[in-house]
Amino acid sequence: MTRALLPGLAMLVVGLMLASLLIGPAQVGARASLAALAMGDRGPLSLVMREIRLPRAVLGALVGAALGLSGAAMQGYLRNPLAEPGLIGVSGSAALGAVIALQTGLAASYALALPGMALLGAVGAVSLLLLLAGPRGASLTLILAGIAVSALAGAATALVLNLSPNPFAAAEIVFWTMGSLADRSWSHVALSAPFIALGGALLLTLGRGLDALTLGEDGAEALGVGLMRLRLALVAGVAAAVGAATAVAGAIGFVGLVVPHILRPLVGARPSRLLPASALGGAALVLAADIAVRLVLPERDLKLGVVMALIGAPLFLHLIWRTRRELEGLR
Amino acid sequence: MSLLTLDHLTVRRGPCPVVDDVTLSVAQGDCVGLIGPNGAGKTTLLRAALGLERFTGHSSLAALSAAARARAASFLPQARQIAWPVDVETLVGLGRLPHAGARPGPADAAAVDAALARMGLEGFRHRIATRLSGGEQARVLIARALAQETSLLLADEPIAGLDPAHQLASMQVFAGLAAEGRGVVVALHDLGLAARFCTRLVLMHMGRVVADGPPAAVLSPENLAAVFRIRAWHADGPAGPVLQPLEVL
Repeated sequence: MTRALLPGLAMLVVGLMLASLLIGPAQVGARASLAALAMGDRGPLSLVMREIRLPRAVLGALVGAALGLSGAAMQGYLRNPLAEPGLIGVSGSAALGAVIALQTGLAASYALALPGMALLGAVGAVSLLLLLAGPRGASLTLILAGIAVSALAGAATALVLNLSPNPFAAAEIVFWTMGSLADRSWSHVALSAPFIALGGALLLTLGRGLDALTLGEDGAEALGVGLMRLRLALVAGVAAAVGAATAVAGAIGFVGLVVPHILRPLVGARPSRLLPASALGGAALVLAADIAVRLVLPERDLKLGVVMALIGAPLFLHLIWRTRRELEGLR
Repeated sequence: MSLLTLDHLTVRRGPCPVVDDVTLSVAQGDCVGLIGPNGAGKTTLLRAALGLERFTGHSSLAALSAAARARAASFLPQARQIAWPVDVETLVGLGRLPHAGARPGPADAAAVDAALARMGLEGFRHRIATRLSGGEQARVLIARALAQETSLLLADEPIAGLDPAHQLASMQVFAGLAAEGRGVVVALHDLGLAARFCTRLVLMHMGRVVADGPPAAVLSPENLAAVFRIRAWHADGPAGPVLQPLEVL
C-alpha cells in the first residue's frame, strides 16, 4: 500500500486537474475543450481553456501542494498532529498585506499589487517571528511567537476593516479573506510558483531531521541533526510556500491540518514519507474543492475557503472521533 | 584508547554551577555507572559531554562535528519520546541515520536486526512502538541506540521502570558492549545493579565528581552516608557483589 501511494496520489492529482479543466460556466464537450487547449486556434474556447481554466487548475495544484507539504512539515517539527501552517502567523500576515492593498486602492491600480503586498506581509511576519523566537531555543518559543504574530496580524486586519470608510471595500476585503481561485491568471501563477517551488524544495529536504525528531529534540540532536538549521529551513520554507499561496488564493484553512492527518497511517507515520504524500494530497484536496465550488452553486461564486472549511471541519471531527475510539480501545 | 575525555567541564545555570569542574575519561572496555542523588548533575553532565548544553572547559565529543559525533557516540535521553506511531523496526532504524546514505543498505538492515536480537525484541518488529507498554518502549529505545553501532554509548537512566528481568538483561547488554571493547556510561539509581554490572563508578554530588573508581571503593559506607545519606548492607558473595540500601540516616 505505501509503495503505491505516491503514484496513486499523483494520478489522482492529474485526474482532478483534467476534471478542473473540463468544468466551468462555458458548457463545452470534453473533446472540444481539450482540442482547443492543445491546438490553440486563438478562438474564444481556446482562450477560455488557456487563459482561464488552465491557470486556475495549475494554481489549485500549486496552492494545495504548498499547504499540504507545509502542514506535514510543521506537524513533523512540532511533533503535534494539530499543528498547521498558519500557526507561525504567515497566512495571517499575508492576509493583512492583501487587505492593506485592497483598502488603499493599490490593488485596483496594479494587478499584482495585492499578491505582492501579501508576500511582503509574509516576509514581515517571518522577520518578526525570528526576532521574537530567536535563532536558538525549543519549539515552544516558535509556537508562542507564532501565536503573537498571528494575533497582531489579526488585530491589524480588524483595524483596517474597522476604519474602512467604504462599505464596498470592506465587503471586498471580507470576500478576499474567504479564499478563492476564481479569475486568476498566468501572472498569479508566475508570481507564486517560484516561491512555492523554492519553499517546497527546502521543506522536502527536511525529511531526515523530522524523522530523527521522532525521538525528541535531544535524541535528534545526538543523531547529528542541527536543530537550528532545521528550524530556520522550516520557517523559511513554510513562509515562502504558504505566503505565496495565501497571496494568490487568500486564506484557505484545513488543508495543512487535515491532509497530513489522513495520510499519516498510509505512510507508516514516518514524517519523511509524509512530506511528498501530503504535497500531492493537498493538491488533490484543493483541486477537488475548487471543482465542488463550480458544481454546487455555479452562479453564486461560492468561495473556496468556505467550501474547504465545510469539508474540512466534519472530516476533522471524524478524525477526532476515530482517535478517541483508538485511545479508548487501548484501555 | 580514550573514547571520551572531559577536561574541567563546568555548566552554569545563572551563577550556580550545575556541573562543577569535572575531569574524567572513558576508555574502551569501561562500563561506567554514573551515580548520585537527584539533582547531582548526572543528566547535565551527559548532555554537556555531547555538546547539547553550553559549558566551559573541554569535551572531546562536543569538539567533533555533529555528524562525526553521531557516529562516535549514541545517546539515550532520559525522557523516552516516541512522537509518532511508527513500527518498531522503523524506530530502531532511526539509529542508522548518521550512517545511512540516501537509502538504507544491507549493513543498516543487519544493524537493526542485531539490535533487535540483542534486546530480545524480534517478535516486536512490526508492532507499533507507541502502543507498547512503557517498559517495552524503553527497551525499543535502547535497541535504537544499539543500532547506531557507536564505540561509545551514553545512557541516561535507561533501566528505570523496567521489570527485574529486563533490568538485569539490559545491564548485561551494557556490560557485554564494554566487554566487546566499546565504552558505556550509564546513569542509574539502582546501586545494587551498579555494583554488580559496572566496571567503574563515578559518584556525583552537587555537580562535582566526589569519587571515581571500582564499585567497591566508590560505594564505601562513608560515601553512601555523605552523598546519599543512607546506610546499606554490602557483601561479596559467590554470585558477585551485593548491595542493599537499608535505611535513611
